[in-house]
Amino acid sequence: MAGLELLSDQGYRVDGRRAGELRKIQARMGVFAQADGSAYIEQGNTKALAVVYGPHEIRGSRARALPDRALVNCQYSSATFSTGERKRRPHGDRKSCEMGLQLRQTFEAAILTQLHPRSQIDIYVQVLQADGGTYAACVNAATLAVLDAGIPMRDFVCACSAGFVDGTALADLSHVEEAAGGPQLALALLPASGQIALLEMDARLHEDHLEHVLEAAAQAAQGVHTLLDRVVRQHVREASILLGD
Amino acid sequence: MLKSKTFLKKTRAGGVMKIVREHYLRDDIGCGAPGCTACGRAHEEPALELQPQDLASSLCPQPHYLLPDTNVLLHQIVSAGRPGTWASVASSLRLPGSLETYIEQEQGENANDRNDRAIRVAAKWYNEHLKKMSADNQLQVIFITNDRKNKEKAVEEGIPAFTCEEYVKSLTANPELIDRLACLSEEGNEIESGKIIFSEHLPLSKLQQGIKSGTYLQGTFRASRENYLEATVWIHGDTEENKEILLQGLKHLNRAIHEDIVAVELLPKSQWVAPSSVVLQDEGQNEDDVEKEEERERLLKTTVSEKMLKPTGRVVGIIKRNWRPYCGMLSKSDIKESRRHLFTPADKRIPRIRIETRQASTLEGRRIIVAIDGWPRNSRYPNGHFVKNLGDVGEKETETEVLLLEHDVPHQPFSQAVLSFLPKMPWSITEKDMKNREDLRHLCVCSVDPPGCTDIDDALHCRELENGNLEVGVHIADVSHFIRPGNALDQESARRGTTVYLCEKRIDMVPDLLSSNLCSLRCDVDRLAFSCIWEMKHNAEILKTRFIKSIINSKASLTYAEAQMRIDSTTMNDDITTSLRALNKLAKILKKRRIEKGALTLSSPEVRFHMDSETHDPVDLQTKELRETNSMVEEFMLLANVSVAKKIYEEFSEHALLRKHPAPPPSNYEILVKAAKSKNLEIKTDTAKSLADSLDRAESSTFPYLNTLLRILATRCMMQAVYFCSGMDNDFHHYGLASPIYTHFTSPIRRYADIIVHRLLAVAIGADCTYPELTDKHKLADICKNLNFRHKMAQYAQRASVAFHTQLFFKSKGIVSEEAYILFVRKNAIVVLIPKYGLEGTVFFEEKDKPKPRLIYDDEIPSLKIEDTVFHVFDKVKVKIMLDSSNLQHQKIRMSLVEPQIPGISISNMDLNEPEKKKMKLEK
Repeated sequence: MAGLELLSDQGYRVDGRRAGELRKIQARMGVFAQADGSAYIEQGNTKALAVVYGPHEIRGSRARALPDRALVNCQYSSATFSTGERKRRPHGDRKSCEMGLQLRQTFEAAILTQLHPRSQIDIYVQVLQADGGTYAACVNAATLAVLDAGIPMRDFVCACSAGFVDGTALADLSHVEEAAGGPQLALALLPASGQIALLEMDARLHEDHLEHVLEAAAQAAQGVHTLLDRVVRQHVREASILLGD
Repeated sequence: MLKSKTFLKKTRAGGVMKIVREHYLRDDIGCGAPGCTACGRAHEEPALELQPQDLASSLCPQPHYLLPDTNVLLHQIVSAGRPGTWASVASSLRLPGSLETYIEQEQGENANDRNDRAIRVAAKWYNEHLKKMSADNQLQVIFITNDRKNKEKAVEEGIPAFTCEEYVKSLTANPELIDRLACLSEEGNEIESGKIIFSEHLPLSKLQQGIKSGTYLQGTFRASRENYLEATVWIHGDTEENKEILLQGLKHLNRAIHEDIVAVELLPKSQWVAPSSVVLQDEGQNEDDVEKEEERERLLKTTVSEKMLKPTGRVVGIIKRNWRPYCGMLSKSDIKESRRHLFTPADKRIPRIRIETRQASTLEGRRIIVAIDGWPRNSRYPNGHFVKNLGDVGEKETETEVLLLEHDVPHQPFSQAVLSFLPKMPWSITEKDMKNREDLRHLCVCSVDPPGCTDIDDALHCRELENGNLEVGVHIADVSHFIRPGNALDQESARRGTTVYLCEKRIDMVPDLLSSNLCSLRCDVDRLAFSCIWEMKHNAEILKTRFIKSIINSKASLTYAEAQMRIDSTTMNDDITTSLRALNKLAKILKKRRIEKGALTLSSPEVRFHMDSETHDPVDLQTKELRETNSMVEEFMLLANVSVAKKIYEEFSEHALLRKHPAPPPSNYEILVKAAKSKNLEIKTDTAKSLADSLDRAESSTFPYLNTLLRILATRCMMQAVYFCSGMDNDFHHYGLASPIYTHFTSPIRRYADIIVHRLLAVAIGADCTYPELTDKHKLADICKNLNFRHKMAQYAQRASVAFHTQLFFKSKGIVSEEAYILFVRKNAIVVLIPKYGLEGTVFFEEKDKPKPRLIYDDEIPSLKIEDTVFHVFDKVKVKIMLDSSNLQHQKIRMSLVEPQIPGISISNMDLNEPEKKKMKLEK
């Protein structure tokens, strides 16, 4: 493994967190007036912007319309300045496509799509700064944006990543920890029911450890839920004050 | 609080990368002092003592904690290792995370200065914090640093600070502590002669460059046991040529110490030398011996034929030191009042070490431990400091301790954490234990072991089935049932690797409760076992093999002699005896079949001491006797091991733990072939089979012991058998047993490898669940590496223990003369074996004060001509054995020649009897 010690003997991670601790999360809803819904989230140094349009009529070829439910269209892009080394293409590469697909799967599971047949919901997510856990940040931002747009959902979708170092499961990996090359897992959870909207992992991990890592990710996702819930309530309160109720 | 830092980094491709990292400063790191209320929740486990032991330091009378800086901690950890003495502030090491003590690197401040400042801030914070704890608190944190500037700054800031030396000197209660300080102070070096002896070590960066470009070679430095001016370097990597590089002469060794990882430079071919066969010991007392050394070095360089020359090199730098504390004795300086003394390590491969102590007179004649601190260029010997006093030389406990330490055998009592994983007593077999287990309590199982054995790990049974075939079972103690993977007990056993049997002591791998009670397959109690059961025809052909976890009840635990008696007796016909007879019959067939396949029967003289039951001193010495039953048990164990090896390899082709015995390279046999030739015998060594056959044929009617001698010699030609992970190697062959695959399954009480094999087999038959580490071949390879090391060390420790007891034996016995056979011929000595005691020793023909005899050594035959007498390998001689106590450190058995008589060298029988007569007179 890399020479970097990811978890010290005292149980601290490189950035001073303990194994199960999340990074600092800050979020805002309704950042753009133009869009139907929008949100901005910061998870440590990972910063993402989500914008939602819809539900609206199908754009482009009508053949894509689904008779029984809404079509969820997700697009992911990452700003050229988001990573240490400048990226050449902001979107359209393989990784972005995969991320878009994952987001779509996640939100098809969470949004009550059957309420809007033959229509389309667009979710655009842009990562402004990437420092690990981009999928999780995108999902969390998009959840807030969808809520902001007033599209009915089963529940929040809260996502968090988790990794495994020296026999300990680490929640919410930073870029340094991701780059070390250990196994990492991304989990999107419907916190109230505990149902899993998406679970993804592409490294080898012994099945005995999987349970611990999953547990750590789920715990962290519950933590994210508490925070997002607070953000939504705060936003609603502010909005109602503005409306003068 | 969140801190973010941004910095630029150049990437490998040449681009510039901006890196943004965040850092969380915590507010929940406690000070670690118990009773502190200020930092509430962070007190899960107080790191500090409530009232630090009063150390009565004259510098700071009130109780205090110490805060050493990083360098002090690194260099003085040996002296710090004494509990209570240095209640160091553990949490100071997590400074970067603490909110109150975080500081940012200032402009123009380098990283070291920042760290120093951080430690000072921490010390200050601690002092203020402790004051807050309670008003009348006198606790203080004292900052220890050896850096002068740092100390000055600390004092300026109002932090009590001392250098390490100042502080330790002020400790009035512990004057001997000062000896333990690593001497890093510059003034220590002044007294040494200004002359520079060694060339400089190159810095690491240059070495790495050189290694990459191939000008230097990296390898492990191995000093020679017999000649302190010679060493070899084992080159790492797979290059077949230049695997081993010879180093000769003090300057070429260039301060490398045994086991160091070094970089060597090959010398031009014209300067290559051959390894000398001279035995040399470092005896100089003074530093000015350098010229003499050179003289001695010249002595080594004898003219030899071209092909004997070996690649020769010199050490240019040290990549990694592998120093450890060394056991040994003090050679007190001749100068009175001197505080500098030389320390002679027990291991002859380690150079002597200069230490500074004020208690030389108390340490004289004691075994002590010393650690090396450094080796300056102008010093003949490395500098070190005293660590621990083990006790008087010659005392059995001290000597045992020394040999355990020297062979790195973990022998501390088991810790509480380890013991906590033992089953609670009284223990009985529960329903849960019976899951996946077969009840074999009705079978007539018995165990056969050496007398006095308490850790019985195998038992056997044999019965006739209804279809006329035989059912044979080998039942092995189910240790893996008690030692669950990953817990402290498992880790400790894995670390120990093997049980070490010394002459009068056993260093257990697993705690006593398991080794001699719950796991030991004693008779008439229910025990859990792992059984391997075969169905065989009467001609020992295996029809079926079955592995099961079982529960057995042994009907008898016999010794080899008892079992033999039962088999031989004509009157006994009970179940146990008949099954033993059947087993014996099968074993003979199995053995014959194995030998036909080319398995070797080798021989090594093994001795057994008869101990005095009161004093535990050895009273008699005899070579081990081998009975038919020994070989019977062995045969079935081999069969079980082979069967299990096949099974686990079938199931886990990538991570089976197996044991292999590589075929030795033909050059290893040279000595055996040459020796046999001198007796007009031919030894073929192309295959194991032909070796075994030619050894069988090598009989001499006039010399019946010759065959045994040849087998002993053949044993010396062999390679070490090793454990390995099947996924990391592709040569599985076991040369000695002539088996294509082999493992260790039958002694889980005393070998950790067997525990792993048990686990693998249990998973293979579905009796137990797997765990992640079991199927990780790199982890398995690491385990194998440790096991191989521990086994080797255990073997050495055993030998050393035998040697020590042999000494004790001859000490009480006085001087004896015995018949002996020559095993090897060296340039200035012969190595002889005394069959009566199974004892091996060296007879030197050059003595320091006597005129040197004319020695002519012939490497080809090999023979040594002394004056007019020629010695060949296997010649029979008569030697006198006595204990040489002239060197207290290495009391050794000294042998001198009695027959054949060579004037001036051998001792006539007259001389021999004299001391004995004197002794008798004294006794009267």
